[in-house]
Amino acid sequence: MAGKPKLHYTKGRGKMESVRWLLAAAGVEFEEEFIETKEDLEKLRNDGVLLFQQVPMVEIDGMRMVQTRAILSYIAAKYNLYGKDLKERAWIDMYVEGTTDLMGMIMFLPYQPADTKEKNLALIIERATTRYFPVYEKALKDHGQDYLVGNKLSWADVHLLEAILMAEECKPDVLSAFPLLQAFKGRISNIPTIKKFLQPGSQRKPPTDEKIVAVVRKIFNI
Amino acid sequence: MFKYSSVTQFSCLFQFEEVYLETKEQYEKLIKDGFLLFQQVPLVEIDGMKMVQTRAIMSYIAGKYNLYGKDLKERALIDMYVEGLSDLMQMILMFPFSPPDAKEKNLESIKERATNRYFPVFEKVLKQHGQDFLVGNKFSWADVQLMEAILAVEEKVPDVLSGFPQLQVFKSKMSNMPTLKKFLQPGSPRKPPPDAHYVETVLKIFKK
Repeated sequence: MAGKPKLHYTKGRGKMESVRWLLAAAGVEFEEEFIETKEDLEKLRNDGVLLFQQVPMVEIDGMRMVQTRAILSYIAAKYNLYGKDLKERAWIDMYVEGTTDLMGMIMFLPYQPADTKEKNLALIIERATTRYFPVYEKALKDHGQDYLVGNKLSWADVHLLEAILMAEECKPDVLSAFPLLQAFKGRISNIPTIKKFLQPGSQRKPPTDEKIVAVVRKIFNI
Repeated sequence: MFKYSSVTQFSCLFQFEEVYLETKEQYEKLIKDGFLLFQQVPLVEIDGMKMVQTRAIMSYIAGKYNLYGKDLKERALIDMYVEGLSDLMQMILMFPFSPPDAKEKNLESIKERATNRYFPVFEKVLKQHGQDFLVGNKFSWADVQLMEAILAVEEKVPDVLSGFPQLQVFKSKMSNMPTLKKFLQPGSPRKPPPDAHYVETVLKIFKK
């Protein structure tokens, strides 16, 4: 009998946060085992449970899945958040790659040298407001529906909400020119499973601070 | 261009045309005409869609042409393998653009990662199930990606497969599959290794 999925990662957002979001949105309970020291990571590697010696790793349905995209695709498909056919999946994939690129920039920000932070933050805001958000605003405007793809909640919507909230942590009024995204944010945040995830006490992780950066640098030698 | 080579591997399946970006103006026109969802290439016009984002494009092609396994679990394995290989390919892709004084170190990294992290995984997979293909005893996207990665690394480290007998056999089998064999012959859409002229062109087009 399959137990709950078990997530192996550090106790911060990083690449695992999108997995936490998607499982939560799908209403799937999950466990977490946190890597707190270098030795914890070495043990996982020595036990041979990390296909490419890396985390994230998620134990799910008898598999030890690695590679964030592979994990997210599996969860999306399993819980019917991946569209109804190949073309809808193609659109979801394209949208998710965009939000992945944006969130990747934000994820790296705390690890940049202090004297480049301001410049990198400015680039994030520029990309968010001129490259990424306009795409999603237009998608919603063109079809007038509540969700990005196929008039149904999908991985793309969950990922976009995550990206919006992360961007807002960088600049609170980043959505000021995007009325449809503001409405989208309100709607998706109110979906019961997601609303629960957004409440204190959930498994959602706080923004990455210096303490987390120090731990991560130590564990991964970066 | 950049991540182009992985997409053209799929030419083993069907005919396609190519439009080459040679100038900044061409690129800017694509953006202005609203062709590029996120203002980036690759762009593949397929089945009435203007698809961008390499992974999305390849997933679509794999799904359409039955190269994505028979069920969700096989797809999961294919995705894991492809993502790992993509990380290795990314190192190779960026190599021509690294500064001259970093090239030797980067080459060492490629060799180390291929030999210690990636190739052992696929050697083991093939050894354990004894089948010709990585997943589900059937040709899939993962096999195409592995083949591409092997050849790309060999261009830099000719004897890289010396410790991997299963991969040597795999390489030989894949090379003899009719569609891949055709792609590996001169005159196919396969692109040559990047040279200085290529690097110059890319920088000219994409550098702000």
